[in-house]
Amino acid sequence: MKINRRLFLGGTAMALTAPWVNRAFAADDIMIASIYDLSGGLEIYGQPIDACLDLAVSELNDAGGLLGRKVKVQKYDPQSNIQLYTQFATEAATSLKASAVFGGITSASREAIRPLLGRYQTLYFYSPLYEGGVCDRNTFLTGSTPSQTIGQLMPFAVKNFGKKVYVLAADYNYGQISAKWVRDYTGKAGGEVIAAEFFPLDVTDFSAAIQKIQRDKPDVIYTLLVGGNHMSFFRQWAAAGMAGKIPIVSTSFGGGNEHIVLTPAESDGVMAAFGYFQEIKSPANDAFVKRYHQKFGDKAPYVTEHASATYNAVHHWANGVRKANSLDRMAVIEAIESGSTVAGPGGPSTIDPKTHHCATDVHIGRVKNHSFEILESFPNQPPADTAAVCNLAANPNDNQQYVIQ
Amino acid sequence: MTVMALSRSGGVHVALAALAALAGIVILPNAAPLYTLINVTLYMSMGVFALSLALLWGYGGILCFGQSAFFGLGAYAYAVAAINFGDTTLAAVFAIGVPALFAAGLGYFLFYGRLSDVYLGVITLTVTLIFFKLINSTGGDAWRIGAARLGGFNGIPTTPLLTIPFTRIPMSPAQMFIFAAISLFSTYALCKGLIVTRFGRAVIAVRENEMRAELLGYNARRLKLAVFVISAGIAGLAGLLFANSVFVSPTMFSLSMAAQVLIWVVVGGLGTLFGPVAACFALQIATAVLGKLGIVDPNIVLGLVLIIFVVFVPGGIQPAFAALLHRLMDIRADRPVAGEVAR
Amino acid sequence: MDYFLVVLFQIAGTVGNLALISVGLAVIFGMMRVINLAHGEFIMLGGFAAIFGVQAGINIWIAMLVVAPLSVAFLGIVVERLIMRRLYGRMVDTMLASWGLSLLLIGLATTFFGNRVVGIAAPVGSFQIGTYSLGAYDFVLTGIALAVFSSGYALLRFTPAGLIARATMQNREMASSLGIEPARVYAITFAIGAGLSGLAGGLLAPISGVLPTMGVAYVAKAFITVITGGASVITGTALSSVLLGSINTVSTFLTTPVIGDVALLLAATIFLRILPTGITGRIFKGAP
Repeated sequence: MKINRRLFLGGTAMALTAPWVNRAFAADDIMIASIYDLSGGLEIYGQPIDACLDLAVSELNDAGGLLGRKVKVQKYDPQSNIQLYTQFATEAATSLKASAVFGGITSASREAIRPLLGRYQTLYFYSPLYEGGVCDRNTFLTGSTPSQTIGQLMPFAVKNFGKKVYVLAADYNYGQISAKWVRDYTGKAGGEVIAAEFFPLDVTDFSAAIQKIQRDKPDVIYTLLVGGNHMSFFRQWAAAGMAGKIPIVSTSFGGGNEHIVLTPAESDGVMAAFGYFQEIKSPANDAFVKRYHQKFGDKAPYVTEHASATYNAVHHWANGVRKANSLDRMAVIEAIESGSTVAGPGGPSTIDPKTHHCATDVHIGRVKNHSFEILESFPNQPPADTAAVCNLAANPNDNQQYVIQ
Repeated sequence: MTVMALSRSGGVHVALAALAALAGIVILPNAAPLYTLINVTLYMSMGVFALSLALLWGYGGILCFGQSAFFGLGAYAYAVAAINFGDTTLAAVFAIGVPALFAAGLGYFLFYGRLSDVYLGVITLTVTLIFFKLINSTGGDAWRIGAARLGGFNGIPTTPLLTIPFTRIPMSPAQMFIFAAISLFSTYALCKGLIVTRFGRAVIAVRENEMRAELLGYNARRLKLAVFVISAGIAGLAGLLFANSVFVSPTMFSLSMAAQVLIWVVVGGLGTLFGPVAACFALQIATAVLGKLGIVDPNIVLGLVLIIFVVFVPGGIQPAFAALLHRLMDIRADRPVAGEVAR
Repeated sequence: MDYFLVVLFQIAGTVGNLALISVGLAVIFGMMRVINLAHGEFIMLGGFAAIFGVQAGINIWIAMLVVAPLSVAFLGIVVERLIMRRLYGRMVDTMLASWGLSLLLIGLATTFFGNRVVGIAAPVGSFQIGTYSLGAYDFVLTGIALAVFSSGYALLRFTPAGLIARATMQNREMASSLGIEPARVYAITFAIGAGLSGLAGGLLAPISGVLPTMGVAYVAKAFITVITGGASVITGTALSSVLLGSINTVSTFLTTPVIGDVALLLAATIFLRILPTGITGRIFKGAP
């Protein structure tokens, strides 16, 4: 007899829906999940973050683990694809039952997984610097926000270079909202934003913008450009003979290794404000960088603020677990809220219980020959932008991202 | 009617698919872990998307490089309508209606302009790229439709979940799964049914030879337009499902999304319906697993799979599989192996 | 006034840029009806070749103008042998196979070169128009584009090799029966097309930097330019580059880069609706 091909295939139609991957872990390990892009366009941000997460976890395990158990990381690579972020976050929460999830680089990926982890009651840590305003009791944010960095950089720029500011920003939430903060802090510092231009992440041609800048003659340029494509701005700026003619300040330059990729001729003199630079001179940071290079070798990627804040995030979580003496989500949240300070590589990072953000030291650095020289440091800056709108102690059920008007 | 004849008419496949869908609906929500359920829901939404192009390209002969335009448009129409109306049932109608309406306009522009072949492909590609660029640049506050902020690159993470009609209760993952399974099955049945109607046969006739069909009195342009609109509506439904399992973002319009669906259809088999859905499931699972293993860059594997399929399995998996099966059956029945094997 | 002049210069730069990124695709598509979706990755590899050349101590001009095109042309020969040769005449299949190749090359480049932007400094300085300072490199690009197009035109129009290429392109069977070996012509054409893409990549490296995923940004633009140009490889691509490049630059200056890109795409759509076989399908018919 002869079975028709389609008959056969039709019968197997739903066989594919059987559960597939399911692996066993040693029963007494504490599982945490990390979801950072290790391939695709955002890899350059993900690599140092991933390394610092590993470093922090291995420090915990070397010190005997937590609650007498080893900490184990399940890594997911979402390949710079938002759809995979949601899939992996769901899996980490519902299948892996991770004690905490560390993940998300862009604000878009954070907003994709934050509601999911809230729904599935899984503790979430977001560590890259971002535009501020997230108010969610299930989420801790260890990166810097505009009031901490822009709030220091803008008065510095207006005082030293002049009042007319031209803003170039990436065209998405981070750039748009940060640009508003730049406008706000420029006004407070007595300056004025004369123009703000926004560029989608795939733009590589900045020649029109460079001519417009020359027409408008600002005293200082503020860049909030993000990613590999936007580095073209600095190349074309230098190629047009403009390097060094108008000072450039930024709160994103360096976060994606821009100062290493670009030549000194293209990038020297650019000034940036971050919660961390690998070049910070302090005993804590010297020891940290030494440990980092011991573990990953001399060619390990430059440690960005995103990465150092991820290191801090793991230790904040560990503080909470130790203090609560439990892995229960609410117990850990309350323990961290009751006070957690990590002696991080960039200075102490202290949880602000009302906003779940961190008070950190902020530094202004200037690029010289592929590295930053630290110009000024501002100890213990509070996350004032988010604190103005968010109070989780008073409204524990608040769950939204506030945006500056 | 014999079983064979029934099978040829497609009725048996539909019945089998119905049985499979029913089995899935009954068993999976209780037996499978939550994440499997959610992932399968997502894959089924992509399966609907694969069907939209399988119908348009495989049976209508229209190679659309920009099928993602309708996919994204459906999702955005749903999200914007749902945020504004608060009622998701009407929004779901928008998700199918808006892309279909847009396709009617675009299709009129294309088919009545006598564009064909690769030029048609290029225009549909530019259309989806225009959407991609425009939506990507709506990051500012000024970009809003009613109460819905378009959100640019970030998309609309606050896309409301579908509610059960006439209530305000959002669907649970299990209910969402059932809804997606029913949608996938209905779309499959619709396509299957469509190609055996007079209309479907006329569409296939146009695919085979447009001039001959016209000389026989068929209005080729109207037929093409009709199948284009139907396919866009299906893609819109897929967008609606996708919006409910992930959320709405500009990547839905992207070049990779547009190319991905082409790959499913090719790997599955052009001119088949089940094949593209199977290929879609298989490749989605492969991408997710590779991302978890992290040994090899997923692009390398996907690229190799595609090259190997195009060069060595040009008909796609469904025909190749069927040919293999025929061969096995023939050997078992002691028939001559050569001759009617393969095709 | 100065500003107006600056905009004019910028238009020339954009046109040259667009023409360069399209020409490799135009040769392969126009001559062989192969849609090479790995075109963007050929550009990317050209960029890497130029940068590695410079890092190995080769003069930057030689790295950009010789090393980049030659290495990608070599890759083109390999690809033609292994994949494309089996697929001639199956337009959709070539497109899909080259898309697979595109993914494969992105994956390999990411694995071996790392997913980070690398770049080299532009080898020429800047010049002044009034108070405006402009990069001179854009005009070097435009000049090279002009040279490529005019020599391409001359090659196709006036040499025996060009005649053979055009004959094979018009009627493969006829050419074959006249003693021309289409397989060889196709192999050479593919290699030349790939080499031109490599050249574009090498020349773009100082402007945009090189990244494994950079090709995606170019392939759609190039594809649209080539199709808008129509049947004539050289004339068509040149005309549509001028047209689309001007529209793009003017609208970018007037508004934002996004609107500039959208204007380019819209213009291409409308043109194809009016002239369904591209510019040279109706006017300048028969020019190479």
